[in-house]
Amino acid sequence: MGYFIQVIIDALSLGSLYALAALGIGLLFGVLRLINFAHGDFITLGAYALIVPAYGPNAIRFVADFHPVLLVICTILIVVAIALISEFLVFRPLRYASAATLMVGSFALSYVIQNLIIMIYSGRPKSLDLWSVLTEIKFDVSGVDIALLPLLIIAVTLILMALLVLFLKRTPWGVQMRAAAEDFKMARMLGVRANFVISLAFVLSGALAAVVSLLFEVQTGILTFRMGTPLMVFAFIATVIGGMGSLVGSVVGGMAVGVVSSILQAGLPPEVRGYRDVFVFGLVILVLLLRPQGIVLSRAARERV
Amino acid sequence: MVSTTEAGRDRKRPSFKYSIEAKGPILLTVRAWWPPVLWSIVLLLIVVIVMGAGSLTMQKTLIDALIKLMVVVGLYVFIGNSGILSFGHIGFMMIGAYAAAWQTCCPKTKKLFIPGLPDYMLTHQFPFIVSVVVSGLLAAFIALIAGSVLMRLSGIAASIGTFAFLMVMYSFYLRWDPWTRGASTMTGLPVHTDSWVMLAFCVIVMFGAFVYARSRYGLSAKASRDDEVASKAAGVNVVGQRLLSFVVSAFIVGMAGALFGHFLGILTVDSFGLPLTFITLAMLVVGGMQSLSGAVLGAIVISTLFEALRQLEVGFDVGGTLVALPGGGREVGIGILMLVILIFRRNGLTANQEIYWPFRGDAMAKTAMTRRS
Repeated sequence: MGYFIQVIIDALSLGSLYALAALGIGLLFGVLRLINFAHGDFITLGAYALIVPAYGPNAIRFVADFHPVLLVICTILIVVAIALISEFLVFRPLRYASAATLMVGSFALSYVIQNLIIMIYSGRPKSLDLWSVLTEIKFDVSGVDIALLPLLIIAVTLILMALLVLFLKRTPWGVQMRAAAEDFKMARMLGVRANFVISLAFVLSGALAAVVSLLFEVQTGILTFRMGTPLMVFAFIATVIGGMGSLVGSVVGGMAVGVVSSILQAGLPPEVRGYRDVFVFGLVILVLLLRPQGIVLSRAARERV
Repeated sequence: MVSTTEAGRDRKRPSFKYSIEAKGPILLTVRAWWPPVLWSIVLLLIVVIVMGAGSLTMQKTLIDALIKLMVVVGLYVFIGNSGILSFGHIGFMMIGAYAAAWQTCCPKTKKLFIPGLPDYMLTHQFPFIVSVVVSGLLAAFIALIAGSVLMRLSGIAASIGTFAFLMVMYSFYLRWDPWTRGASTMTGLPVHTDSWVMLAFCVIVMFGAFVYARSRYGLSAKASRDDEVASKAAGVNVVGQRLLSFVVSAFIVGMAGALFGHFLGILTVDSFGLPLTFITLAMLVVGGMQSLSGAVLGAIVISTLFEALRQLEVGFDVGGTLVALPGGGREVGIGILMLVILIFRRNGLTANQEIYWPFRGDAMAKTAMTRRS
């Protein structure tokens, strides 16, 4: 029983991280039809924002020593600023390009950011201890220790989703964003400002990336210049599985990917356990073929003619 | 599209005072085959110069660049003709590279590193050229299977599918210890690939890609690229033509992978990941995705630039102090170049055009060929 609960909690917390990252990708896809490969690097940058930009082998704490509230705010501000700069420099000039060109553009941006991190912080992994108490506090449930951190990740995800839903449903900005995601051209004709809505999407996406980076950093305790890439890859396939452009789909997809990989990890026989990711990625091709619109259908997913 | 084509035509109007008019069978043949002929000559010159005057490091860099060029030509065969962006071709390169290792490593090494091979493979060793072709065929076969699934998708869904394909192959090979040594390094491949071998393969592949692009199959694929609905209405089997170009390009990229294995002598799964995907894609995008000249030019430009920036990373002396670009600087440079090209010159340096016979007496043929590309 205890083992079962542990597997469930691990699955949900992994799914939550993927869902948060997938939301960041899904938001941009909805408004801009951009598949943002650089989202993983926004996550990486959020973690690197905690330390002083220096080439040395050790991490010198900077934002990491701030009061927790200030720390969260600073990280979010830094990542949001980077997201906005990317929008302005890269994605705004490419706005009317095809989806494939945008995809290549974000791929290039991702490559630039990763190598900028190597240039500034060096390519060596750096260990950074942030709030490690969270991983040490444990509850005893039916004889199995459950750490606080996975529970916290699930809670943060739920809160952020609730806030996002409130924002999208109840505020004028949120309504504009949903309108743009539904039909960008029509929304513009009805007075939604394109630059504003797209910048807003980048702000939200950046903020989500910052939160993911903090949670992920607490979990792993290590900074590497490619730490965000696996998250991006799984979040990306989560948006595909859930349905491109649908925010509900991103969340469902993220949860699905997290739960499926945890269950495969726990349930596969040891000799094929290593091939877990093969199954997860194979799932994408299967979904693309059998249900190309994803689990949750959205209007943005249709080809614009 | 139309406007760039016309601009391209105007720009290339020849202004030679003494001009060669294509007359007689030889010149006419050369004219008809001009893009691959031109690039073969350029590559030959580069190889001769580097082999004659370059350092050993430069010669190694040259081989590496030629392998990438071959991959890019392979990418062009699929992306250029079918119009679908593929993120998955480095997977075929990996398949080819490991297939080569299964064939040409000496039996002793194979027993030590990859004991999972079938007995016949374990005890036999195959010649270099055979192994390259067989590796290409294996990649093509995998492409046939994967492609028959993926090519039913179109547009961005197909690109995502190829991305998932790369991830599937990558994580599979990373764990497939008995055949690939997984995350560790596979060593012991005989080193056969030198500049001349690579030059020969590049020339063959360029001619092959040119023939394919000009054949009815290539033209059908291009028709489906330019207008899927209209080409269907005109009787093009869109899925079939895309699949064919996918298989042909996988064959080329697979062979490049085998040559890559025989160049380094060691293989790691990690070297066939997203960074290599990015570099090769950048070469194609910078040159121009829809022409052979674009693929080749892009590969040459990026490789040259990469090498130049590497020199900067090593550092140079300015008034007694060593000035050097920090590590990662050249990758940043290439990435920014790619973004600049994407933003300001979306069709690449060649504007998606072939470089045609530049001499006089050919205006009609050139117009006709420009329309066909």
